[in-house]
Amino acid sequence: MPGVSLTINDQKIRVPAGTTILEAAKELNIAIPTLCHDKRLSPFGACRLCVVEVQGRKNLPAACVTPAEEGMNVLTESPAVVEARRTIIELLLANHPLDCLTCEKSGNCRLQDYAYRYGVKKTPFEGTRDPLPLDDSNPFIIRDPHKCILCGKCVRACQEIRGQAVLGFAFRGPATRIVPPLDTSLGESDCVFCQNCVAVCPTGALRDKYLAGKGRWWEFQPESVTCPFCANGCHFYLLRKGGKVVAVAAGGAAPGRPMCLRGRLALTLIFCEEPPQPQIKTEKGFAAVSWTEALGLEELAGKLWPK
Amino acid sequence: MPAETIKQIVARYREEKGALIPVLQATQEALGYLPPEALKEIAAAMALPLSTVYSVVTFYAQFHLQPRGRHVIHVCQGTACHIRGGNHILNKIKELLQIDAGETTPDLRFTLEPVACLGACALAPVMSISGDTYGHLKPDMIAGILEKYQ
Amino acid sequence: MRRILVCAGTGCVASHSRQVTARLKAALHAHHLEDKFQVDNTGCHGFCEQGPLVIIEPEEILYCRVQEEDVEAIVTEHLEQGRPVERLLYQDPVTKEKIATYNQINFYRQQSRHVLKNCGHINPENIDAYLAVEGYQGLQKALALPREEVINIIKQAGLRGRGGAGFPTGLKWEYTFKAPGDRKYVVCNADEGDPGAFMDRSVLEGDPHAVLEGMLIAAYAIGAQEGYIYVRAEYPLAVQRLRIALAQARERGFCGEHILGTDFSCDLHIREGAGAFVCGEETALLASIQGERGMPRPRPPFPARQGLWGQPTNINNVETYANVPLILRRGAGWYASLGTAKSKGTKIFALTGKVKNTGLVEVPMGITLREIIFNIGGGILEDRGFKAVQIGGPSGGCLPAEHLDLPVDYDSLTAAGAMMGSGGLVVMDDSTCMVEVARFFLNFTQAESCGKCTPCREGIQQMLAILTRITRGQGREGDLEQLEQLARVIKGTALCGLGQTAPNPVLSTLRYFRAEYEAHIRDHRCPAKSCRDLLAYHIDPEKCNGCTRCRRRCPAGAISGEAKKPHTINLELCARCGTCLDLCRPKAIYVE
Repeated sequence: MPGVSLTINDQKIRVPAGTTILEAAKELNIAIPTLCHDKRLSPFGACRLCVVEVQGRKNLPAACVTPAEEGMNVLTESPAVVEARRTIIELLLANHPLDCLTCEKSGNCRLQDYAYRYGVKKTPFEGTRDPLPLDDSNPFIIRDPHKCILCGKCVRACQEIRGQAVLGFAFRGPATRIVPPLDTSLGESDCVFCQNCVAVCPTGALRDKYLAGKGRWWEFQPESVTCPFCANGCHFYLLRKGGKVVAVAAGGAAPGRPMCLRGRLALTLIFCEEPPQPQIKTEKGFAAVSWTEALGLEELAGKLWPK
Repeated sequence: MPAETIKQIVARYREEKGALIPVLQATQEALGYLPPEALKEIAAAMALPLSTVYSVVTFYAQFHLQPRGRHVIHVCQGTACHIRGGNHILNKIKELLQIDAGETTPDLRFTLEPVACLGACALAPVMSISGDTYGHLKPDMIAGILEKYQ
Repeated sequence: MRRILVCAGTGCVASHSRQVTARLKAALHAHHLEDKFQVDNTGCHGFCEQGPLVIIEPEEILYCRVQEEDVEAIVTEHLEQGRPVERLLYQDPVTKEKIATYNQINFYRQQSRHVLKNCGHINPENIDAYLAVEGYQGLQKALALPREEVINIIKQAGLRGRGGAGFPTGLKWEYTFKAPGDRKYVVCNADEGDPGAFMDRSVLEGDPHAVLEGMLIAAYAIGAQEGYIYVRAEYPLAVQRLRIALAQARERGFCGEHILGTDFSCDLHIREGAGAFVCGEETALLASIQGERGMPRPRPPFPARQGLWGQPTNINNVETYANVPLILRRGAGWYASLGTAKSKGTKIFALTGKVKNTGLVEVPMGITLREIIFNIGGGILEDRGFKAVQIGGPSGGCLPAEHLDLPVDYDSLTAAGAMMGSGGLVVMDDSTCMVEVARFFLNFTQAESCGKCTPCREGIQQMLAILTRITRGQGREGDLEQLEQLARVIKGTALCGLGQTAPNPVLSTLRYFRAEYEAHIRDHRCPAKSCRDLLAYHIDPEKCNGCTRCRRRCPAGAISGEAKKPHTINLELCARCGTCLDLCRPKAIYVE
């Protein structure tokens, strides 16, 4: 096999040329923390949490975008690496609201997981930015820019999976933010609420509104299901609590196909014990409608059950 | 206004690959700034998502989403100017015009913009107004220079 | 026909050289001298501080700081009667002697001007002027050679990139040449953004064809059919001259289809930057040409393999390309004989700050800092004490007096904790606070960070916050250790060169001026008497004559005292604006 041999934490492995250090480590069951990486999205290399030490190199390269090379000797948890990761987490926490006690994302948050893993109890840094206001302008997604760590996953998911390009980076340097076009709200934008962005967000910056108040993440028994409403097979979670399905959460899109709102709503209707009333976007804003109307089944319903 | 101007500008760059930045530059040149309607027109004419246009506009210091003054004052904040008292010049202008860096006077006469370096370091401290460069500045020279621009 | 050269670089234009040109032309007309003298506008001589500069050929008499009203004297005394106008001659700052000709001036005599040879001596808007000084002969030579041979010449010459880290240019060309792909690009990085550096601007304004010729030679060598010059929009004159030069080069067949009758075709385009320092980073620059945000991307893949629109792309900066025609014309051997073992040729420095002669200086690699600052630069302004020289812009570092005899080349600068960078040399005297200098650079880099990677976006912010605190007298024990720790992490983990080098100004000042940081933190004292919040203004009762000027003008109302009796300053109220210091005639006010 044409490939390269390298050593990671004293274990030897041979991988095809072009494999990243992150992927090679995964083969060896070595978990390298990542915030901005997602194998379904284009490589970005921005959060720098996945940095590793490569013998003979001055810098610590990011494992998610650095290809494995012949003879490389990689250390994934060396003192320099751990210092860098701790510092990066501390830097991210400096401007992050530490309201994990009540954050819906608690228990399912990568930032929290890694702070725990690297023993970051508090940050030595002071926040440098004012809190950004919450965007609660639509019934499906809560956008909380204050919790955003600018990993850019939502931007790539919106552009690359959905092809919608609603979310984008804006401004630069310390002023960088992720915003809907012209810095308006998600409600005013062309967002179709597919939740691909919510599914990839590693923190509580983008949240599913249906889940709010339904329970803590560790109370749920998530069950993985494939959406049956078209041939693509997107992936969802049924969230069970005390035996009842309380919500359906977006898992991930099937390759080459974005998740759709209709699929998720239909699954909610089928599986949830108490499905919420759906809403539709009209010129005047969001309006509550019947399930038949939300799913576009009026004509069919009219034929099946003529009045 | 914009729609027709922008269509012409976009047409001028049709042959060029990746021409979003030149198109934005030409539009700003024509309109003085980049209002939201112009960004929407450009996105439509170039078949680009509006988010892409907005993200590019907000990245570069040259682009402005708000109307600007008739005269733009660039005060150099480069190393050489800094060492030779560039911030005193900036403070003097702020004091005289009663505006902060990046702001425009209410009568749209001046916009004040500190810049990283004008590349005239040997004349430090330096500023430029509407493209005219002034070097070897002292705070008491500012009022007289501003007077020339109405 | 004798020539009168009037500098029309940005510096001299700012000092009203256009008006001088107009007046000169009018005076020649009035004195019926038009058939004997011709006025030519040139690019920058690099001696901007003395501008506007006027040179009378062939004797090369140099007039400094010429204003409109001086023109009549030049025409009647010099041109008509052959007596140079003494009061307009350059005065040596050390010996106070008047010096008549260009080449006798220390500033120029001690330089080796090869890349800058044409700047200030030819009309940059006229291709014939460039052709008259062997212009485009390098390209002709290159086109007669196999591509590999051209690359070999550049490798043998030992040319290294002039924009930053000093990567060997020949090797870069070879990578792009060998990279698979039918379509290849050459790109010129003319996004000179380092505060304190303006050599690229001067070359573009004074000798734009040299840059085009260098790019075309590179395009031929690597097999590129198209190229871009990415130039700062803040340099309107450079953009204008490049446009003129490019149009002329196309017209004469040096650029475009079938260059000089060969099979080689290459067209060049000009793209104006839109104001983002980070676009000097090559992957950010490419993103910007493609119409995107200038956010760097991880390398590999390097642009030599996957650059513009995914195609192999060679990127060099202005000064690097301007060296290329010279190497082709005069040979790799000649070029390699200049400089040191590992750093060949000359380097242009922008000498600025508290030095007597400021301007552009071209010297062989390996010359010492002392020679540049004290011989060419004429020493420190007002003969104050030399404190440090900042080299390499925001990526560089500050070197103290003990490094004045350091030979200036890529490797020794890096070893000393600075960097060649693009070649800014900012001289600082004992009134410059090094903590404040570090804060200044970090304030620049944090604003210019693209915001993509965490260590750069968040880490530099935090370093800046700590430095700001220290300069305000709110430093704490442990601050310096935290700065060092952050610097180590940012250098080690940032995505691109901007972030990786941003901590350098802090690290180098901590290395050489640690005591100054400690004085701020422990004693709340700024030894350079520069940090406003740490200063105390006092009135010497012995010297104060009670004139009341300071009391009346103090904006904070902090000064009290009766007329004709010594005044006092209430430090609680004092805003430390310095107004009283400037006003005091008997110089009774002092700062501690």
